Amino acid sequence: MTLAARVIACLDVDAGRVVKGVNFVDLVDAGDPIELAAAYGKAGIDELVFLDITASSSDRETTLELVRRSADQVFIPVTVGGGIRSVEDIDALLRAGADKVSINTAAISRPELLREAAQRFGSQCIVLSLDARREEGQPSGFGVTTHGGRKSSGLDAVQWAKQAADFGVGEILLNSMDADGTKSGFDLELIRAVRVAVGIPIIASGGAGSAADFGEAIEAGAQAVLAASIFHFGEITVAEVKNAMAMREIPVRTSTKLVS
Amino acid sequence: MSPVVAVLDYGFGNVRSAVRALEHVGAKALLSSDYDTCLNADGLIIPGVGAFDACMKGINQVRGGPLVDARLVANRPVLGICVGMQILFDQGIEHGVSAKGLGQWPGVVTPLEAPVVPHMGWNTVTPPNESVLFAGVETESFYFVHSYAVHDWVMTDTDPFQNPPLITWSEYGTPFVAAVENGPLSAVQFHPEKSDMAGLALINNWIQALA
Repeated sequence: MTLAARVIACLDVDAGRVVKGVNFVDLVDAGDPIELAAAYGKAGIDELVFLDITASSSDRETTLELVRRSADQVFIPVTVGGGIRSVEDIDALLRAGADKVSINTAAISRPELLREAAQRFGSQCIVLSLDARREEGQPSGFGVTTHGGRKSSGLDAVQWAKQAADFGVGEILLNSMDADGTKSGFDLELIRAVRVAVGIPIIASGGAGSAADFGEAIEAGAQAVLAASIFHFGEITVAEVKNAMAMREIPVRTSTKLVS
Repeated sequence: MSPVVAVLDYGFGNVRSAVRALEHVGAKALLSSDYDTCLNADGLIIPGVGAFDACMKGINQVRGGPLVDARLVANRPVLGICVGMQILFDQGIEHGVSAKGLGQWPGVVTPLEAPVVPHMGWNTVTPPNESVLFAGVETESFYFVHSYAVHDWVMTDTDPFQNPPLITWSEYGTPFVAAVENGPLSAVQFHPEKSDMAGLALINNWIQALA
């Protein structure tokens, strides 16, 4: 019995529609997050993240409806992130059926939100989403960014991860803004730096380009690996990622033979 | 006739997922905090996430203790999930604070001892051969997310007129109790409602055994 390394797919959702390109075969509607989520489920994905990139808050109800529909049809853990500002936002998402919520900018503005959320809903459902980038002058060499990596928050990434863990978050979604989009592999230095500082699970994100990259991130100290576009475009399949990890003797959940 | 399963609504747990999973396997699911509804359903599920003592406060507010007692006396199945399993034991100790559980089983819920906590993700289990819950899914993985567990099964004086309890173990750092099947009272530390087809099969196994 060994805990399997998790392979997670992230879906960017705008006003209830998946916005990044999707290359799954046999989809009636490739923009439908639920159909896509179900397809990923069949492909053996271990967990899903819906990242709500909707600009306007008036579309929050659309997101809640999406989460409700997903809870009706997808029986693996679902994390929802994007635009979460308050305990009330979290409550609404969890009630709609999200298993976890990821908090990013709002926690930078008001770190106490993490503590309040963990105390009220439990650590297991609060994820800190941390966008890190190499930054001179920060003690760890990594800073926390906002606005998709364009602005520095002034915080040290490793210190921030540690503070969030102390505040009770259950997991860190660690996005490397240096590696993001490069397809040159995960940022192993960043993963190692955060790993030694916190005792909670780390989801490595950003930079995946080949099936072999994922195992490296796990060996660097991550408990889970996340990718978006390379899965969506069909460049790499979930099975290929898991096979590559298994070859390195990293435990993975093998695709179940059961059918519904 | 589809069995009627009540999901105890006491303010904790991802109840929507549990309800949908039950419906998926053909049960009629009711989300309820009403004592009589929960007493009379064919099956009762006690969900639960978060802190042990907070869950116990919620359980006590809906008279969960007497409810479980009354169901078990009538041999009506009850399934605890995650913290809904933990609160069936004598006691929980979180952050050094001790809280009293429902005491259906002896034992203490204590912190997991592993380098990375929570234990979050898919893990395998070792069910005994006689297990009903795990029939057909013995080698599958299930989704866990918890920081506390029962590490010692200490029940010795079992009812001579009932089959001995079946204990399914898993391991994270050290071995812990992943599931218990004890007459009408069953419990799982993982989330079957989030464990993909394996979890749905387990819930179906439980549903099929309902009167």
